[in-house]
Amino acid sequence: MPETAQRELTFAQAVREALAEEMRRDTRVCILGEDVAEAGTPFKVLSGLVEEFGTNRVIDTPISEAGFTGVGVGAAMTGMRPVIDIMFGDFLTLTMDQLVNQAAKIHYMSGGKWKVPMVLRTTLGATRRSAAQHSQSLHAWVSHVPGLKVVMPSTPYDAKGLLKTAIRDENPVVFFEDKMMYKLKGPVPAEDYTIPLGVADVKRAGKDITLVATSSMVQVALGAADLLEKIGIAAEVVDPRTMWPLDEQTLIASAKKTSRVIVMDEGYGRYGVTGELASVISEGAFYSLEAPVKRMGAMHVPIPFSPPLEDLTVPTEQTVFEAARALCGKA
Amino acid sequence: MTTAAHPSSVVSEPTAEKWLRMYRCMQMIRHFEDRVNDLYLRALMPGLAHLYVGEEAVAVGICEALRPDDYITSTHRGHGHCLAKGAAPDRMFAELLGKEAGYCRGKGGSMHIADPDTGNLGANAIVGGSAGIATGAAFSAKHLGTGQVAVCFFGEGALGQGLLYETMNLASLWKLPVIYVCENNLYNEYTHFSETTAGDILARGKAFGIASESVDGQDVRAVHAVAARLIESARQGNGPALLLCNTYRYTGHHVGDISREYYRSKQEEQEWKTQRDPILLFAAWLTGQKIADSAALGQIESEVKAEMQAAVDFAIAAPYPALAEVEQDVYA
Repeated sequence: MPETAQRELTFAQAVREALAEEMRRDTRVCILGEDVAEAGTPFKVLSGLVEEFGTNRVIDTPISEAGFTGVGVGAAMTGMRPVIDIMFGDFLTLTMDQLVNQAAKIHYMSGGKWKVPMVLRTTLGATRRSAAQHSQSLHAWVSHVPGLKVVMPSTPYDAKGLLKTAIRDENPVVFFEDKMMYKLKGPVPAEDYTIPLGVADVKRAGKDITLVATSSMVQVALGAADLLEKIGIAAEVVDPRTMWPLDEQTLIASAKKTSRVIVMDEGYGRYGVTGELASVISEGAFYSLEAPVKRMGAMHVPIPFSPPLEDLTVPTEQTVFEAARALCGKA
Repeated sequence: MTTAAHPSSVVSEPTAEKWLRMYRCMQMIRHFEDRVNDLYLRALMPGLAHLYVGEEAVAVGICEALRPDDYITSTHRGHGHCLAKGAAPDRMFAELLGKEAGYCRGKGGSMHIADPDTGNLGANAIVGGSAGIATGAAFSAKHLGTGQVAVCFFGEGALGQGLLYETMNLASLWKLPVIYVCENNLYNEYTHFSETTAGDILARGKAFGIASESVDGQDVRAVHAVAARLIESARQGNGPALLLCNTYRYTGHHVGDISREYYRSKQEEQEWKTQRDPILLFAAWLTGQKIADSAALGQIESEVKAEMQAAVDFAIAAPYPALAEVEQDVYA
């Protein structure tokens, strides 16, 4: 049966398809991580890959995040294209020297001679009842570091196209997947396609307010936009898709068009990526804005386990809806 | 065991030519570092540098056992490794002075010299920080079937870093061709290693099932012999090794570490310099074996000194990078 563009995959299937296609295309691509082979990761994102590519290319590691990330850096420098699997974004803390002091700096420190074409896939997102060490969204940390690229897909389509681009990139790329989104379905073409890094996507057009949303917050923003529509507010949802490189022009253009902006992200608000995004918009669209750019992020607390408490910590459709309504003067 | 896979790398007794090349390289490191110290004292070098003087036999003995395309990772005390792996002194000095002609266009400096042409994956200013990179290079060598070996140089101070043991475990599990070379120069910066290092160092490698040996790091012939054996074993697919080289750092932690009596005696330094100097010991053996007489060795040293002077002159005269380079090569 011919595949069509209407085919739907889950986010997890889209990630897996991107990996499989790139591993078929390039034998240098390999996967290293904890329980990536027969287990296919606890999220089952990689199920089936070891059966096709074998344990030489889908490689279970010891629980040594720093160690196998470091091996990935060295392997990337010397002819492989490793994809490192860090099960929870919280464990990025364990890889930080390898990522920040090694991978990010090697190209520059060597005067442009060595390259580190490595992808580090990891997760983000709360509300999975996993408590404070398995629920953080720490993409701001790596977005801060020159030499790293940071990718945050929000749909199955984007996940496949962006991951394929990340694997082909000559730089270290940190690729964040929202754990809660793995079962989200969406159209994904069966054919080979890539999405360039540094190009934002307008997920929904509107004229009254811009909702800039990343990763897990894109679906929240789209839900809020539906609610806003019912009270006569046309919200535009803009997804930067990559924290770096950052498509500043699309963010600024949307802000100029709507004159009101909320920036939302599941990372901590304090010193988070919303600060950077809001600053870009404020500097680029200042004279078009009717109100200060509003930021919404995770509360500044360790993510609590207790469900009613955890649910308070991240923006929801309802809180975004209320903030947008207030910003539009319809409170 | 067979050597058929890589017949070009069979271990053999070095020839007179090779011994003299090693002697020249040791002298080159010694005089290179002497000029580095001089540049520092004359305030011609930005920042600091960590000198390899006293440890020359380790880098030379090991790198002479490597193929040109084998990999090394180096340390903050890395000039000796880089030179022994084939780096050119003039471009080394240029890097130390932050000049565009340097190996890293002046962007790396003393602690980050890297050179793909000589298999140098880079010196590293994070203690133990290159254990992952060296192990990863060995991973590539195995997966791509290139027959290359990676050598991870680190000081005994890195024995305190967990990354080392994570990667040793991986390398042993996967039988990767990597040699972990621990240069025990006795001091973690300003602290004697006995204050920081519990138990037996070799036992740490053995615990992972890694071939672990120690050698007199002042005896270049001994270092070379054991290194050649371990490197070839790794090349043939027998997995990693840990080589502990017992050596001594003649100078301070860095060029500015002048007054050292609070952590070690002048008498101790003097004993190593007069009784355990790797160059003097090697010279005595070379003349005793009639491989060269003292005049010939003196001639080598004179040539090396002139070469270092020319290299320094080149670096001093070389231009700094253009200011526009500051944002170049952040991304490939």
